[in-house]
Amino acid sequence: MRVPLSWLREYVDLPATETGRDVQAKLISAGLEVETVEQLGDGLKGPLVVGQVLTIEELDGFKKPIRFCTVDVGQAGGTSQAFSTGGGTGEPQEIVCGARNFAVGDKVVVVLPGAVLPGGFSISARKTYGKTSHGMICSSDELGMGDDGTKGIIVLPPETEIGKDAIELLELVDEVLDIAVTANRGDCLSIRGVARETAIAYGLPLRDPALLDVPGPNAFGYPVQVSDPAGCDRFTARTVSGLSPEARSPIWLRRRLQKVGMRPISLAVDVTNYVMMELGQPLHAYDRGLVEGTIGVRRAGEGEKLVTLDGVERKLHAEDLVITDERGPIGLAGVMGGANTEIADHADPENTANASTEVVIEAAHFDQVAIARTARRHRLSSEASRRFERGVDPMAAAAAAQRTVDLLVLLAGGTADAGVTEVVAPSAPNTITAPADHPDKVAGVDYGRETVVRRLQQIGCDVYGQDELIVTVPSWRPDLLEPNDLAEEVIRLEGYENLPSTLPKPPSGRGLTHRQRLHRRVGRVLAGAGYVEAPNYPFVSEQVFDQLGLDADDPARRVIRLTNPLNDEEPALRTSLLPGLLGALRRNDGRGSHDLALFETGLVFHPREEQRVAGHLPVDRRPTDEEIADLNAVLPEQPRHVAVVLAGAREQAGWWGKGRPADWADAVEAARTVAGEAGAELVVRVGQYGPWHPGRCAELVVVADGAERVVGHAGELHPRVLKAMGLPARTCAMELDLDALEQVGDDTPQAPSISSFPVATQDVALVVDKPVPHADVEAALREGAGELLESIRLFDVYENDDQLGEGRKSLAYALRFRAGDRTLTVDEASAARDAAVALAGERTGAVLRS
Amino acid sequence: MSAPNKSYDPVEVEALKPEEIERMRDEALAAFAAADSLDALQEAKVAHTGGTSPLALANREIGALPPHAKAEAGKRVGQARGAVNKALAARQTELEAERDARVLVEEAVDVTLPYDRVPSGARHPLTTLSERIEDIFVAMGYEVAEGPQVEAEWFNFDALNIGPDHPARGEQDTFFVEGPEGGTESGVVLRTHTSPVQIRSLLDRELPVYVICPGRVYRTDELDATHTPVFHQVELLAVDEGLTMADLKGTLDHMVQSLFGEGMKTRLRPNFFPFTEPSAEMDMVCYVCRGESVGNPDRPCRTCSSEGWIELGGCGMVNPRVLTACGVDPEKYSGFAFGFGIERMLMFRHNVEDMRDMVEGDVRFTRPFGMEI
Repeated sequence: MRVPLSWLREYVDLPATETGRDVQAKLISAGLEVETVEQLGDGLKGPLVVGQVLTIEELDGFKKPIRFCTVDVGQAGGTSQAFSTGGGTGEPQEIVCGARNFAVGDKVVVVLPGAVLPGGFSISARKTYGKTSHGMICSSDELGMGDDGTKGIIVLPPETEIGKDAIELLELVDEVLDIAVTANRGDCLSIRGVARETAIAYGLPLRDPALLDVPGPNAFGYPVQVSDPAGCDRFTARTVSGLSPEARSPIWLRRRLQKVGMRPISLAVDVTNYVMMELGQPLHAYDRGLVEGTIGVRRAGEGEKLVTLDGVERKLHAEDLVITDERGPIGLAGVMGGANTEIADHADPENTANASTEVVIEAAHFDQVAIARTARRHRLSSEASRRFERGVDPMAAAAAAQRTVDLLVLLAGGTADAGVTEVVAPSAPNTITAPADHPDKVAGVDYGRETVVRRLQQIGCDVYGQDELIVTVPSWRPDLLEPNDLAEEVIRLEGYENLPSTLPKPPSGRGLTHRQRLHRRVGRVLAGAGYVEAPNYPFVSEQVFDQLGLDADDPARRVIRLTNPLNDEEPALRTSLLPGLLGALRRNDGRGSHDLALFETGLVFHPREEQRVAGHLPVDRRPTDEEIADLNAVLPEQPRHVAVVLAGAREQAGWWGKGRPADWADAVEAARTVAGEAGAELVVRVGQYGPWHPGRCAELVVVADGAERVVGHAGELHPRVLKAMGLPARTCAMELDLDALEQVGDDTPQAPSISSFPVATQDVALVVDKPVPHADVEAALREGAGELLESIRLFDVYENDDQLGEGRKSLAYALRFRAGDRTLTVDEASAARDAAVALAGERTGAVLRS
Repeated sequence: MSAPNKSYDPVEVEALKPEEIERMRDEALAAFAAADSLDALQEAKVAHTGGTSPLALANREIGALPPHAKAEAGKRVGQARGAVNKALAARQTELEAERDARVLVEEAVDVTLPYDRVPSGARHPLTTLSERIEDIFVAMGYEVAEGPQVEAEWFNFDALNIGPDHPARGEQDTFFVEGPEGGTESGVVLRTHTSPVQIRSLLDRELPVYVICPGRVYRTDELDATHTPVFHQVELLAVDEGLTMADLKGTLDHMVQSLFGEGMKTRLRPNFFPFTEPSAEMDMVCYVCRGESVGNPDRPCRTCSSEGWIELGGCGMVNPRVLTACGVDPEKYSGFAFGFGIERMLMFRHNVEDMRDMVEGDVRFTRPFGMEI
């Protein structure tokens, strides 16, 4: 809501020294978010005067048509010769002008040499198009006035006095407060509402512009039939006849509309807009000659159509509230009028013959919800609908209609018809009962009853009662419904800034949960291992699954989609962290960082097998556990995953020696590291899965409730994937279901018993067929060695067809044996080693390397 | 004790003459001093303290003396040998120190060489800033609560007093999830705030409830220097008997003091949110200029644009309707809540100039933030 300070001052006698910024500070403190204070005409300096065009000489031979004019500017004329800003000689002013929307005899705004226009644009006499131009004929843009709909220079009404100061005439210097009105304060979408808040903030009286003498309703007003009193509890209709077709909106009215951000259109429309801005009551003016018979208010019939003022044909919904005449809908109630009863533009010369001379004025009050739904359904948010959605003062309707009538009579020479129609559904004012100390309890401040009552009265409430207050709220504050609403009014007027600062005493907490601590640990351990966290958006395209080489029936292809994605290319939610993380890797690579190790932990989203629409539970009670469970069952599964991606060097080359490229083993190690933090036993085995290199993919498995479960994969990515996604060669990746790891993880490691007896070390080199995985050999050694085995470590892998035979490899292990109660003999250690080798031989065909 | 036999003079034994012993001592001392290496000292040691050295030989002579002369001769030889050993040890120490110094100098390295063999990793500052805020409240007794990001509209809107026709519902720039069979109605959205976690906490937990709810939220804003469609919030909810707005103010003050230092404070400005009543916007004093840039053109402050205050987020007393929807008796309990965006705080706390830096995953941005902030 844009509020010109000059307009505000009409209703509140603010001290003359009070600036827009002062008012801004007061209103912010009272709870109105005044975002900016626009300084209109900042830096503007005259002479800027009204002139009359005397002659126009068309200059040819330039790229565009140019006019050389003489303009009578009264006593201000002749200043160009004197180059002074004082009074001139009264001679006509010679001015070159590029605009064409004016004729000889028109009154225009002329800026003379010595003046400064907004934006620091200084005017002086200057040579142009072979003539000397002593000033400029102005457009509204050049004067910083906003759009006046003329798209050219300003042509003033013919009666405007020549030589008059245009700065004053056009009210060019002003301050405009721009207020972001919150959804509950429909009343502040009007000058009246903001003036009321200003008056309260300054402790000054308000001159309420809605306090008008309004004649009572009578039987000879325009016939109105409201069939839906729930949707429309008030409908005032007034008629004005004998409007002059030539009448145009006066400058002051046009200027005020421009300052609040509206475009002047025609007198009747401008007046209704002006009154809406002034009082907050949306109004509509119908051309009486185009309305046929009784005006009605009802819900639309399914399939009914209406062309609204914006020229769009709208198919109406059975819930839409419509204004009708005998033919059918003539307006979308509270949202937008229909084209079929539109007031013709008086100012349009071609239309003067058709211009309305009789209008019906509607000032009605519609149900907030009905208007909100209609506006949303038709994606049609208007000044009217914005106000009705947020709450309009129903008691202001009659005054607003009266104000409209008065202005039309005054400005268009019309006659107010005696008939006054008022259809009102009876309703009681809203009353709230609350303990007098309720605001004190909410604030934690001892205001006392007297203060509470005084503050409530200040905002227009009637207050009765002692300890228990019975508060009748004013008609313009439909947002005040409950005791806490009243508490807020008291506390804000007493000043939020005066609230004390105290600390509550929560019960002792239990700290972070196991799961929360794990998430932090995983981040730390990966960062410690050199990975940089890169959280990504969860939006993906479904083509990415093709790029990743997923099978057509891969469950990861089942996605949640958005109806309104930001990017139509990426309408789905991720089922894997890899698309986003690989995107970040590619972006870094493209920016010149080639040695990369990134990680991310975050949610992925899997739709449920059976898809349902989530219902709306009640809000007037706690939903039952069944209702909550049923609602939760509709939501997708959202497990937390962890992923890493690597490319380039894992270890840099340097003065210490060679570097090492990141490889599949780093990715697998990252999985082991994460599983270690989770306390989960992770089985790493040879696997094959979509995005990964078929020979360099580890399948990551945990055992949960006795059943194996694949929880992720790690290794080098498939060259085809790298090509499809534009990734560096040998990019590696790992992804794990962190929630699954957490579920099988053991949070409390058990201390081993530490033997102080000496260790017996035995190394063995075993030769196996190449495809035999180390994991199998080690498992067999471990089992075969028995309980004397303290640790086992693979320290070498050797392949040499000549020495070992074709297709064979040698795995060298260091076995450490120790007993808890004695020093092992060589024979004991050797026997354990032999048993280990024997079992490895049995299980994997391993033989000792000779 | 008998008197010494004054008739016997040990001087008459050649090797035990005082001047002879002095000479032996002096020769030894001179030899040690002349030894310029540990090897040379070793030779001198053998020559002057070994079994065949003059002093050792002289010592043997003592035994042959008559008893009354032994003491004096023994004393004289003993003193000389003591001086020799002392000199030897001193020289030994000296030469060893010299050798050590030389070798260690030879072993010196350039300790300014870098060792960026494995470049350091880092956690994202949005993660660590969120954790830091969580920790402040965990220390006060709050618990961290989490919830789904794809959320039912009932949790995201209805239960928070944002009914289907509430104007605020349209202002939230919500991402809607497609319904079954590709329909537009699903009743499910990407959560627009972490407030649904407050609802879940009130439904799931025993009263009183003191929780902090951090997490990702979504709104349909295009990514630019100051907006991102995916961002992070931290919200706090306290529901107990007798909680007041003053408690809310105190809790906010405590938070900004913990994050930005002593003397920090907050300011509340009236506002409107459907889920709180009364509601407020919360600002904190600019932690850089502490308000001193206001009206002081000589000392402009970039962080607060010389406003003196930095906008943090929204807060208020939990709307009794929200309590009712969660089965909490608003006659008995009251509560307060606040929420703010982590991205914004990261921007002004760490001078991040462009929000895009936070979402692009550029390692150059994240590395300097390390493990914690």
